[in-house]
Amino acid sequence: MTSRQHLLLDDATDILLAPGGLGLDDLDAGLDHAMGAGIDYADLYFQRSWHEGWVLEDGEVKEASYNIDGGVGVRAMAGEKTGFAYSNQISGEALAETGRTASGIVRSGKRLASAPRILVGGEARYAGVDPLTGLSAEDKIAMLKEADRIARAADPLVSQVSASLTGVHEVVLVRASDGTLAADIRPLVRFNVSVIVVKNGRRERGSAGGGGRYPMSRLRDENVAERYAKEAVRQALVNLDAVEAPAGQMPVVLGPGWPGILLHEAVGHGLEGDFNRKGSSAFAGRIGQQVASRGVTVVDDATLADRRGSMSVDDEGTPGQCNTLIEDGVLTGYMQDKLNARLMGMAPTGNARRESFAHLPMPRMTNTYMRAGQDEPADILRSVKRGIYAVSFGGGQVDITSGKFVFSASEAYLIEDGCITVPVKGATLIGNGPEAMGRVSMIGHDLELDTGIGVCGKEGQGVPVGVGQPTLKLDELTVGGTQS
Amino acid sequence: MTQAFDAAIQQRLLESRAESALALARRLGADACEVGASVDQGIGISVREGDVETVELSRDQGIAVTVYVGARKGSASSSDAGEASIRAVVEKAMAIACHTGEDPASGLADAELMAQALPDLDVHHPWALTTDRGIELALACEAAGRGVAGIRSSDGASLSSGEGVRVYANSHGFLGSQRGSRHSLSCMLIAENETGMQRDYDYTTARHPGDLQSPEVVGASAAKRTLRRLGGRRPATGRFPVLFDPTQASGLVGHLMGAVAGGALYRQASFLCDRLGDPLFPDWFSLGERPMEIGGMASSPFDNDGVQTRDNVFIDQGRLASYMLSAYSARRLGMQSTGNAGGARNLRIDAPLTAPEVLLERMGRGVLVTELMGQGVNGVTGDYSRGAAGFWVENGEIQYPVEEFTIAGNLESMFRGLMGVGSDTDTRGSIHTGSWLIDEMTVAGG
Repeated sequence: MTSRQHLLLDDATDILLAPGGLGLDDLDAGLDHAMGAGIDYADLYFQRSWHEGWVLEDGEVKEASYNIDGGVGVRAMAGEKTGFAYSNQISGEALAETGRTASGIVRSGKRLASAPRILVGGEARYAGVDPLTGLSAEDKIAMLKEADRIARAADPLVSQVSASLTGVHEVVLVRASDGTLAADIRPLVRFNVSVIVVKNGRRERGSAGGGGRYPMSRLRDENVAERYAKEAVRQALVNLDAVEAPAGQMPVVLGPGWPGILLHEAVGHGLEGDFNRKGSSAFAGRIGQQVASRGVTVVDDATLADRRGSMSVDDEGTPGQCNTLIEDGVLTGYMQDKLNARLMGMAPTGNARRESFAHLPMPRMTNTYMRAGQDEPADILRSVKRGIYAVSFGGGQVDITSGKFVFSASEAYLIEDGCITVPVKGATLIGNGPEAMGRVSMIGHDLELDTGIGVCGKEGQGVPVGVGQPTLKLDELTVGGTQS
Repeated sequence: MTQAFDAAIQQRLLESRAESALALARRLGADACEVGASVDQGIGISVREGDVETVELSRDQGIAVTVYVGARKGSASSSDAGEASIRAVVEKAMAIACHTGEDPASGLADAELMAQALPDLDVHHPWALTTDRGIELALACEAAGRGVAGIRSSDGASLSSGEGVRVYANSHGFLGSQRGSRHSLSCMLIAENETGMQRDYDYTTARHPGDLQSPEVVGASAAKRTLRRLGGRRPATGRFPVLFDPTQASGLVGHLMGAVAGGALYRQASFLCDRLGDPLFPDWFSLGERPMEIGGMASSPFDNDGVQTRDNVFIDQGRLASYMLSAYSARRLGMQSTGNAGGARNLRIDAPLTAPEVLLERMGRGVLVTELMGQGVNGVTGDYSRGAAGFWVENGEIQYPVEEFTIAGNLESMFRGLMGVGSDTDTRGSIHTGSWLIDEMTVAGG
């Protein structure tokens, strides 16, 4: 046990428990309420978060907002059953009431005692700091104005610029009946620029952004205002010249980084433990089978330093891990929380996540990416007679049961005779997860991670995630353009 | 496992908190201030394969304060609406207003626009539901679906019931309160055969528990919807008419409303900028909202600015008749608020309705779309490209399920190419519409 965990625990206790007159010993009493007759596991999740957002429009920061959220969520489980209640008050009475309510899911059976608390170890994946305090309000406004100035100076066709700077300071504490005691302080910041360009009555949008789990001051030090302003303008100008996208099946080359949303949709969700326990995933029961081309290795990695999807410990107090999901094309593992791991006879993988104390945890992705291959990106493009090269996407979705997934390109080009020729309008690509992964025929050596913009939605809960991949070629995917 | 919730007491509490926040903001030097406060409580029950899976009790509250100091604005909010928290929120909003830039368009809506008529719209019908009764209903719903031949398993049935109170007050002296309730029951099932696995669902939702469909009807319908998807093929690539079923047609109405929303217009982020008065749809088609509808899913006498809502007509005989504006977006565009801060309320189509079989006949050969996937709609250009699933239609008759294809076009040409609206109106949400037949889109499949 390092002193880091003790310091985090002290901070979390001061911030979360002390204001309501609680100490760590009071959590044992709280757990006793939740460990009612027949309950075999219970946990308490304390959270407090401070969210700050600054928005620039028309060259002026006209709007800024600040939100304070917090409370405790209490979960009581018996086999596959879960009772859940929460309160935005953190007090002894709230723990008693929510605990009794949650444990009402079953009303008979043995009363089990909680295990004595053990502070969970694990390495820090980011600094446990308040990311909002490193910059003054003036500094934050200056960054946004800088983005506006640079975007407008970049091209006379730019007619609108909006930029935003957001940050979240989140403190969590987990105490579970299996003895788990864990604390974490999670910073998260993001800078975004969106522009509209107008030429001869045609309007297009471009946007860029990024961030991670670090102080806001790092965004300034890395000069992201300039980088994302220029990138947003570049993307908008490309789209001004875009022609209609082709329709039908064709080879698709995906650029490195953010197009890794392919992996998130085509395989990631299908490998979450809950869907596999219930047998509702197209990947259920397929561990050990070839589910992707040879050479395809996909990992979900919560341990990357300072990344948007990283977690030192997950929302059940399990340390974040790097889990290999597919190795050389063979399915090797699922992503698990404690409930699904227990019911499937597997080990938790540090993938339990929840949007807040007012939501139940589920197995979720962290940073999901494909490891680099050997191919030269230029060779990958050269190998395509006619197809699409997509480098940026708006978002995606999957039906985990049928395996059908989509993701929508926001910047793409036509490849003709091995050369990139013209930009094409945004189009949705659709495929079947297991089939599409079997059609990966070339893998670049240029692995990149995205810039830190992803939000994953599942059952109404949003959590920050990361994706990444090298340049990839899929021999065939359906491209949803208008040019048939 | 029930929580006591007295809506009248909650309402008085929220009103007094809103008033104390306004008073505090004034004391701290705000020239104007507005406060939104809410409290919601509910129960969510899910069952799967004949047994309870989760029981969730929810209780959410929040308070949001916006202050104006001269032409500067600051906002802050909290999920804790206690006295100390209100003070912190108001102080934070004031601190932010010291830093933001001047915005001549900012400020409350004009005082004379504040809602005067605040009738009870009959949208609050709490359900004295015990956990046991909720479990029983969800189990009955699931059983009705699981019992249908061909259904392999259940992905769960859920019942949720909630009620809440919302208060909006501002320094013009306006204070509006509304209580509301919503209850729903849904069922998701899995079917499997040699062609693969398919999942689908159905649901019922209502303000009044008595208006919910029976669990048996929902379960049986979910089974039917799931089974009909088995054996999906990919349609040919080409240009074909597309019939959007009512659940998907309401999405098209949503895209239209997104493009006439003031926020998109003043940011020039809409393909309908400067198009007021233009013909967008055939002349037999009109669309408007009925915010004062009794018992409507989105009924409210005042909008999020406190402005009196009214029956707006957005599309009048095919022409774009009105934008959808809040006080702020109206000022930015040099126009008047349409009472739409927070969006449109209870959108209704005014057009001759056609039996769905007749729409299929009119289509002849094409695709009936029952599901859409992904976000491929560009509000700036109107370009539309989404993943889809549904049925292939020949000679006006459904032939077989189709999946793993896209449909693409541009919203403007899709609206212009509207060939008919079905009489199969889906009345569950705040947008009521039947199927929409669009003359031609690009289908990309096999």
